[in-house]
Amino acid sequence: MTESIETPTPDGETLFGLEEMELNFGPQHPATHGVLRLKLKVDGERIIGCYPIIGYLHRGTEKLFELSPFFQNIPHTDRMDYVAAATNNLAYVGAVEKLLGLVVPPRARYIRTILSELQRLSSHLLWLATHAIDIGAMTPFFYTFRERELILDLFEEYCGARLTLNCMRPGGQPYDLPVGWTDRCRELVDLFPAAIEEYGGLLTENRIWKKRTIGVGVLTAEKALAYGVTGPMLRGSGIQWDLRKAMPYEAYDEVDFDVPVFHNCDTYDRYLVRMEEMRQSTRILDQCLKQLPEGPIMGKRPRVLKAPKDSEVYHGIEGPKGEIGFYIVGDGKQQPYRCRVRPPSFYNLQVLPDMVEGLLLADLVAVIGTTDIVLGEIDR
Amino acid sequence: MSDPEESKPDTTSPGEPEESPRPATGEGEAKAEAPIEASAGEGAAAEPVETPETAEEEAAQKAAAAAAAKAKAEAAAQAKAAAEAAKPPWERDPRVPEWQEAGDDPLAAAVAAQHGDGLLAARTFAGDLALDLAPGALREVAADLKHSHGYTLLVDICGAHYPDREEGDFEVVYHLYCFEQNRRVRLRVRTDEHGEVPSVVSVWEGANWPEREAWDMFGIRFADHPDLTRILMWEGFNGHPLRKEFPVEGVDTGAAIYPEYYEEEAGPVAGTGTGWKPTPPPEPEPSEPAPADEPQEAGSADPAP
Repeated sequence: MTESIETPTPDGETLFGLEEMELNFGPQHPATHGVLRLKLKVDGERIIGCYPIIGYLHRGTEKLFELSPFFQNIPHTDRMDYVAAATNNLAYVGAVEKLLGLVVPPRARYIRTILSELQRLSSHLLWLATHAIDIGAMTPFFYTFRERELILDLFEEYCGARLTLNCMRPGGQPYDLPVGWTDRCRELVDLFPAAIEEYGGLLTENRIWKKRTIGVGVLTAEKALAYGVTGPMLRGSGIQWDLRKAMPYEAYDEVDFDVPVFHNCDTYDRYLVRMEEMRQSTRILDQCLKQLPEGPIMGKRPRVLKAPKDSEVYHGIEGPKGEIGFYIVGDGKQQPYRCRVRPPSFYNLQVLPDMVEGLLLADLVAVIGTTDIVLGEIDR
Repeated sequence: MSDPEESKPDTTSPGEPEESPRPATGEGEAKAEAPIEASAGEGAAAEPVETPETAEEEAAQKAAAAAAAKAKAEAAAQAKAAAEAAKPPWERDPRVPEWQEAGDDPLAAAVAAQHGDGLLAARTFAGDLALDLAPGALREVAADLKHSHGYTLLVDICGAHYPDREEGDFEVVYHLYCFEQNRRVRLRVRTDEHGEVPSVVSVWEGANWPEREAWDMFGIRFADHPDLTRILMWEGFNGHPLRKEFPVEGVDTGAAIYPEYYEEEAGPVAGTGTGWKPTPPPEPEPSEPAPADEPQEAGSADPAP
């Protein structure tokens, strides 16, 4: 047998086909972070085409929004990006407040800022854990979940839920902080910088980590803008833009923090962006806890929330994954006439085919991890 | 919210709950007094009816009483406004935003100058500019906004359904963002079920998926879209779920997944109202379709578990 396996037989076929192969990645694959399905076209180990198929988790949330009064829609928002419920709540109630002209008292604004920064930390911790575990580093998972548990405990103490928080209302906050909550939050904030260094110590200078992430999944600034990519992915592509700075909401204009930006546009830089964001989040939390004002937690609002006739607003905030926004149309009823969610993961996932083309199959999981998608939000 | 002065009264806020009820009760008294005064004036006027020459005086008295009541009401309103202004912003009555014409907005003026009839209206609501465009002008305006005015980020595209409108019952809404001016603008285009909206994928590649979603959810067609297929629902799904007439409880899933029951394009169609029952599959021998049996047949023929 001197013939190579690649030598075509007289029929024109090879023993092992050399043609391009179509490969289904997901929807039930642990590295897809949910029910994402990718139709891949591979040439050996190399990806030459990628076509994401979404919708497996579609629950018609936008339709459900049209049924219930403004209050009752808040739990729906919990279930979109289910690892970042507080920021979803905040974007939604912010849009409702803009629609109705409600003003939030300072203490409520600070509580909201604290909750959303805690949520950003918890979301980034989950991202780091799963991203590292996808690439093959098991240990960070245990470390990050150790701290994430403390954050979820704080949430539980505040509103009774750990993930689906339902912790904000149009016009203010439903509950004041429990006694001693700020002390426990302070403890967490104090231990956090060391914890971040601990995760960084495991990964940042790790040779395997660097080899698996540097230069992988390059997303140029032009591409990122063309695709509407926002959040840490945009900042990892060299564009320093953060809605917390650009259009400050809640108490973000009263605290001091930096917006990290890195210019190499690859998976490693997006990792660095999110690590730095966690540090900045602890800074924000620290200042919020120091400056937390006393006072009422609920502003004046009508007993029944009715949207003005023929009204529409868009309100977007900086979620952990990018800009999460709500476009609400009102028609004088207690329910929104139309409520559109602008999910950050939807736009961030859309650019995936461009990022993975030409990469090896094993790098695909690294790139999916770095986009930090949540399918609950993409499919709604 | 971002006004730094608003955050200053924090320190005084614990005292405010005590203060705030006072003006409120004051208003209530003033309001309650005004009608009593008026009726008392009438009562006083009713007594001297016997002397007809005082009719003019009466009228004068009445007018004076009315003027006094009016002045009092005005004073009360002023006091109320003053009390309202003295309150911190979150204790004032919510100021509901309203539409305002924005023809003199520089961006709207520039678009109007360049595209003329393409711009149908320019208004602001809650501080956000919304430009109503003719569908034909959309792509040019979008490209112009992106390349000449710096609106480089396409934030979102979504559809909306207004079945009560006489014409153009579908709307496509584009949210754009400009980094230099830190400003959002909203473009709105009306179309109808059979009309087409030009796709802006050639301007922003990221328009691909949201336009597919608008097609999937509303059935809005986008001309020149590279891949106008369903995105959240599956290929072969019948109907467009976010249309107002689509029943919330959903419909049966249609022809594509039950080919043995439904012919191509003959499956249940969305929009038949709530309490919808699947139509019975075509009988192989349609000899005598008894109408009374239909619901039963439908139930038994329903292949859903």
